[in-house]
Amino acid sequence: MNHFPGFVDFYTFYELSLKIFQYFGFGDNAQWMSYLTAGVIISFIVINVMILSTAFYTWFERRVLGRFQVRRGPNRNGPFGIFQPFADVLKLIMKEDTIPSEADRPVFTLAPIALVAPTLLIMTVIPMGENSFLGSLNIGILFIVGVTSVNSIAIFMAGWGSRNKYAILGSMRGAAMLISYEIPMALGITSVLLMSGSLAMTQIANSQDIWFIVVMPLGFFVFMAAATAEISRTPFDQIEAESELGSGYNTEFSGIKFAILFLAEFMAPIVTAAVVATLFLGGTKGFDPIPGQIWFALKMFVVIFVLLWFRATWPRLRVDQIMGFAWKGLFGLGIFNIFIVAIEIMIFKTEDGTIGTSNMLIMSGINWIIAIVTLLGLMRIYGHKKLERPTPVPSPLANMGLEVD
Amino acid sequence: MYGTGIIKGLGITMKNLVLPTRQFNIHQYPNRKASPADLAKLEEKNTISFLFSNPIRSARALVGLETIEERLPQHARFRGEEFAWYDQRCTGCASCAKYCPLGIIKIVTDTSGVNLQEGQSYDIETFDIDIGRCMFCGLCVEACPYDALHMGSGFEEGTYRRSELVIDVERLRKADKKPSTWFRPQLTDKSYDPIKGSEANWDEVGRHEKPTGDQQRDRWAKR
Amino acid sequence: MTGIRTEPITINLGPQHPSTHGVFRLRVTFDGEEIIDAEPVFGYLHRGTEKLAETRNYVQIVTLTDRMDYLASMSNNLAYVRTVEKLADIEVPERAQYIRVISAELQRIASHLMATGFLLNDLGALATPLVYCFRERERILDLFEMLCGARITLSYMRPGGVFQDAPEDFWPSLDSLIGDLPHYFDELESLITSNEIVLARTKNVGLLTDEQAIDNSMSGPNLRASGVKWDLRKADPYEIYDRVKFEVPIGAIGDTFDRYLVRILEMRESVKIIEQCLEQIESGPIRANTPFFIRPPAGEAYAAVEGPKGELGFYMVSDGGVAPYRCKVRAPSFINLTPLRDMLKGWKMGDLIIIFGSIDIVLGEVDR
Ligand code: SF4
Ligand code: SF4
Repeated sequence: MNHFPGFVDFYTFYELSLKIFQYFGFGDNAQWMSYLTAGVIISFIVINVMILSTAFYTWFERRVLGRFQVRRGPNRNGPFGIFQPFADVLKLIMKEDTIPSEADRPVFTLAPIALVAPTLLIMTVIPMGENSFLGSLNIGILFIVGVTSVNSIAIFMAGWGSRNKYAILGSMRGAAMLISYEIPMALGITSVLLMSGSLAMTQIANSQDIWFIVVMPLGFFVFMAAATAEISRTPFDQIEAESELGSGYNTEFSGIKFAILFLAEFMAPIVTAAVVATLFLGGTKGFDPIPGQIWFALKMFVVIFVLLWFRATWPRLRVDQIMGFAWKGLFGLGIFNIFIVAIEIMIFKTEDGTIGTSNMLIMSGINWIIAIVTLLGLMRIYGHKKLERPTPVPSPLANMGLEVD
Repeated sequence: MYGTGIIKGLGITMKNLVLPTRQFNIHQYPNRKASPADLAKLEEKNTISFLFSNPIRSARALVGLETIEERLPQHARFRGEEFAWYDQRCTGCASCAKYCPLGIIKIVTDTSGVNLQEGQSYDIETFDIDIGRCMFCGLCVEACPYDALHMGSGFEEGTYRRSELVIDVERLRKADKKPSTWFRPQLTDKSYDPIKGSEANWDEVGRHEKPTGDQQRDRWAKR
Repeated sequence: MTGIRTEPITINLGPQHPSTHGVFRLRVTFDGEEIIDAEPVFGYLHRGTEKLAETRNYVQIVTLTDRMDYLASMSNNLAYVRTVEKLADIEVPERAQYIRVISAELQRIASHLMATGFLLNDLGALATPLVYCFRERERILDLFEMLCGARITLSYMRPGGVFQDAPEDFWPSLDSLIGDLPHYFDELESLITSNEIVLARTKNVGLLTDEQAIDNSMSGPNLRASGVKWDLRKADPYEIYDRVKFEVPIGAIGDTFDRYLVRILEMRESVKIIEQCLEQIESGPIRANTPFFIRPPAGEAYAAVEGPKGELGFYMVSDGGVAPYRCKVRAPSFINLTPLRDMLKGWKMGDLIIIFGSIDIVLGEVDR
């Protein structure tokens, strides 16, 4: 696996600025100053890269959804409509930024920032090369789990602050749903941790001699479903169920605040795709002529496309069904998956605590069989109950002389 | 079995994504992005030679900057705006004004002061159609006994002011005479197509052929 | 003990809301997510059609009927002209009747497609099935454009027939459409009918028993979904419906899913009807010789047709003049809203939208 040389991370800038500051003779102060400088530079890079990629992602999403819906999608601004997001943002910025008079102003104003910040933060620990932006944080995955929980608070802030009934309904649903789905997500992550034996994202990616999606399909399923719910995409898009709640938690937002909320919302699939690519699709692993970063981008692309595919096809579930799915379905599956993986690790672990490639192959064989049997069994049990439809009989109350034919 | 339905659904959407035959028949109006192949077809060359002879345009076409003007396909019977009204045929009888459900046709005629001879008609001073309120039902056309008023075939009458939507007699006189074949079977019989065809003259749109000179003389002789 | 206390909240759903299909307002009281009361408020789109009709002559009123149920203008036209024909005792040529039936059935398919698409949109399917439905509907609208030059507000029928015969190129297009439609329905069904998410959302939701449906004088697919086999095309065959064979599909229990399924089955029946009409139709005149200003003898008449939304009837009183003395419309959308409150009670916010969507109303007809 070859990477592009010179992947930048925090420490690159730190050392660079340390050298510069020391050259200019700042002495003791040089250290904290270079920390600061490196921090500012890295945030600048992350924020701008993410905003730009989100802009292009919105274009991509609208185009692909358009194709799924046999429409065209935006195709007017620039070649293939690629400048559409910029036009959108320009329009949103120029719009009046209204705050309802009854709104809780500080909460209302802070909500978009609180929503976008954690999403950006996750990106700093994703190893997109040998390292992530923050070097290799040794508790990367824990950081992600911690930071994503802020989302539910931000959404609740947005709903509560705007003092709107639709918004509060949306954010109540959001709070309930996001908190519930954090548990299956954590369970999915736990199985990955068991396999890799490390909390560092780089370590997790490197330990995937065989992609974890192959090794534990059940874990992938649980994680993917939970992640879809976490970013509130179909079939779990209850927070902003536009056909029910108008626009959910962002009903009252306009102008630049709305733009930021949307930024966060559309950044989420990218971030999720990055996390999934790292945890289950082997991160930057691939075969050689193509550099690792490209592999990573390809994997992200596939995940994003699959999410879009779901979005284009499925309707949404009702709020109680969503909660039921989390607690009755995914929770059980997640625990079951951890149980199986733990037993297998106990059997196959070598002396130094790692699992050989051949053993991983055996594990994946077993796990696939178990996953398929479990899922089929569940389908069968649920299926017979739900698919029955009594044969229609004409009502005796009023058959109105129609039996003649 | 439970769960197969949603997977089948994924298959259907994917099929619609990839199969060109299942694409929505959308016509990009007023112009659409053209590929080099389209441009070559327009210039009646084959694509390869077009690529070599017009490298700049092909490059622009490849990044989506070249467009082809396109008109929405519509049937000859389409009831459009821009009424086609023939001054020469109109007698100022105001049947159309009377029959319009909204009463938006205003006709003022003048006897011109001289006693009218046979074959002469009133002078039309005003013939206002307020297409801002018109619903293009075509009843006025159905009512016109002299085939003077026809529905138009255009649909691009957007203006910034409502008052500009009132078509007055001068505008009607000058307008493109491309009558829709709505309620005009005689035009259909001639397979007249207002979209592709040229403007129709006043003596072509009547219910009967214009009598030749001999026929006219016959008719007068019989009187 | 001062425990946790909950309060019901009242939400004004509409008049501006993405899923009220127009300007409709529902004052809903929620207990959490559960509906404890719902009160429909309408009249935002009232244009006084019935009063306007009194100042129009009998042909001009056709244009007014277009604008009532703007998704099914043909059926409105048909109901209206049938009333005038009954009132003025006009004999309609046979070919005109066939053309009318063909266009009314096409309109039924178009309307049901819209209902299905918007129901799925309300379910949150992000417009994909909706656009697929639009795609098929577009072909029907193209056919209407061939027939009468317009796509939505058609004004195609006249008392005594239709105003103009179908053009030459109409028949081959219709043939190819008829050939394609069953495949469209198959595709639509495999996207929707077996989708477990749709089943979970719609099965047993918004039950309407046959007794309730009859008591509320429902009609159309909503009534048939409750298992009542009642279809004006069979019960009181008008036009040439007695010469074609078709089934009247009914639902099993009257839930949202049944209302959806009945519409799909009905569309398939409509295709069969059109096929038979195409076999039977013969050339001939298409319009009875009626004067411009019809003056029916003083009297009254009521005629109804089975429109896509239900029994659409016109009651007209004539005093012998060129304009009716009184015109009253039995609008199925309006009457189908009667049991809405009973159907909504106890369901959740998400169910409200789909129950309401499955009734399939058009606000132009509710408010007239
Ligand atoms: S098309 Fe209809 S509304 Fe328009 S001017 Fe003619 S009769 Fe009046
Ligand atoms: S357009 Fe026709 S109906 Fe109208 S005034 Fe002229 S001749 Fe009469």
